[in-house]
Amino acid sequence: MSSLAASDALVRRMEYGYTLQRIAAHAALIVFGLIFMLPFLWMVSSSLKPNADIFDIPVRLIPKTFVFTNYPEAISAIRFLRYLGNTFIYAFGLMTGAVLSNVFIGYGFARIEWPGRDVVFIIVIATMMLPAQVRFIPLFILYSNWGWLETFAPLLVPAFFGNAFFIFLVRQFMLTFPRDLDDAARVDGAHELQIFWRIVVPLSRPAIITIAIFDFMWGWHDYINPLVFLRDPDKFTLSVGLRLYFSQHGAEWGLLMAAATMFTLPMVLVFFFAQRTFIEGISFTGVKG
Amino acid sequence: MSMVPSLESGSVRRRMAWHGLSPVARRRLFWGLFFISPWLIGFVAFTAYPIAASLFYSFTDYNIINRTPHMVGWNNYADLLEGRYDTWKSLRVTLRYVGMLVALATVFDVIIAMLLNMKVRALSIYRTIFYLPVMVPVVAASLTWVWVLNPNYGLVNGLLDRIGVEGPAWLASQRTALLSLVLVSVWGSGRAVLIYLAGLKEIPMHLYEAADIDGANAWRKMWAITLPLLTPQMLFNVITLTIFSFQSIAAPEIMTGGGPNKSTLLFGYLLYLVAFENLKMGFASAMAWVLFLVILTLTLIMFYGSRNWVHYER
Repeated sequence: MSSLAASDALVRRMEYGYTLQRIAAHAALIVFGLIFMLPFLWMVSSSLKPNADIFDIPVRLIPKTFVFTNYPEAISAIRFLRYLGNTFIYAFGLMTGAVLSNVFIGYGFARIEWPGRDVVFIIVIATMMLPAQVRFIPLFILYSNWGWLETFAPLLVPAFFGNAFFIFLVRQFMLTFPRDLDDAARVDGAHELQIFWRIVVPLSRPAIITIAIFDFMWGWHDYINPLVFLRDPDKFTLSVGLRLYFSQHGAEWGLLMAAATMFTLPMVLVFFFAQRTFIEGISFTGVKG
Repeated sequence: MSMVPSLESGSVRRRMAWHGLSPVARRRLFWGLFFISPWLIGFVAFTAYPIAASLFYSFTDYNIINRTPHMVGWNNYADLLEGRYDTWKSLRVTLRYVGMLVALATVFDVIIAMLLNMKVRALSIYRTIFYLPVMVPVVAASLTWVWVLNPNYGLVNGLLDRIGVEGPAWLASQRTALLSLVLVSVWGSGRAVLIYLAGLKEIPMHLYEAADIDGANAWRKMWAITLPLLTPQMLFNVITLTIFSFQSIAAPEIMTGGGPNKSTLLFGYLLYLVAFENLKMGFASAMAWVLFLVILTLTLIMFYGSRNWVHYER
């Protein structure tokens, strides 16, 4: 509906003929876009320069000579593959936990009217306001007492108990299904679990995909939780591991930029393949939030 | 469900509430609680308990080494107010950081969104470019920026040098370090652009047509129609950005370590240092509560203040 109105509007705008303004808009976007791209270009360009050229003055964005040796060297200089594997475990575990728990919990808030539901839902929303720092210290002590700090558990276990933002997202999504849908099934004697599994879960696919992508990305990016809760170097993720190029090798910029490029690339691919989901998910949470 | 105000004990009242429910309502309550049970368990273990424990620790001298916390009353809060560990300096730095970031990001993001909304060709390419920084892991982005902003060998000063301008020392100078952090954060604020863009697409076209008939120019239309109708998205973005940027740890941790001369010692990062470097868990817990109160106060002010400038009618 809104996209139809928008495209309609666009056609009319064309009729008004804002050609000059559009050219100006393009010019501004190209300038801003280039400025935005520069750090990436610099990252990739530095990763392809031989060590001798890294500190060249004046700077050159396009390397004089291209070398790819920084990539294999970056992989062997630190335990890159190990950290990469850990990052996958973290991102994948978070994604699994988030999908399983939030869809289940969302059903309880969206499709069943139980006494006290709305009050509890407000508490769910309120937990979003609490700074992470308030919880860090007691959780650190708790996990330490449970012997979790040497494992992935502090990062993964909480994901299986829901997350306010995703509960909110799933609930909003499930509220849009017609009421009759599950009422009819209930009249036919279907069990809540059957309604959940056979009717609501299949319809919730877009929300499930959004959560899966968002949380995978979140796990891939996250720096603070691994930094605080991972005490075993064998469990480090790339976020934490990248700093080792600094301390062990005194800022090896060529290697570091190669590693940063490899670390970023999967996210860029995820974005290209899931662009629509991203944009819809973000726009949705922002407008309705 | 009828609440019975009486002197009866809690369990009796609860049982009465349960009995007061119809069988259908009881069934629903059971299934509702059944489905949200993972959240309930997680809430107790990972939210309610930590909140209570953090409040308790904030009144103790707890550190990881001496395992028994001793009550110290309001001492941590009093020390905090007296500026131990540079809390005041840090709070001032944080307010400057959040203020600059929110102002610059809002202006920049709205401008980009409006440009993108002008029926430009290749919208998806531009959209990708402005969203791409969000996709770069924060550590990779921060380390890249350290290199880009390197005063001697970095790209920015290298380019400035080519046009005959001597660039500042950026992260290495007390005068420009905080601004550099702000610019990096603005660079990563593409999420808000998408939200503004979605808001712009919802503005009904007939408003612009009516303005055209009245002979309004583009500038006038922007101030009278576009910006007022974009205020709900502005409120959302300003509040979320404020909440997040107050808690920022990663950027100062990686890019400046709080320096030079504590000019980028953001409060959330200082708290992390006090807790996990100095191991003063009690004092850091008090800091966390002060941080929470500051964020809460500012959020409430923005919510109530928003009545004066946010337009919900369409």
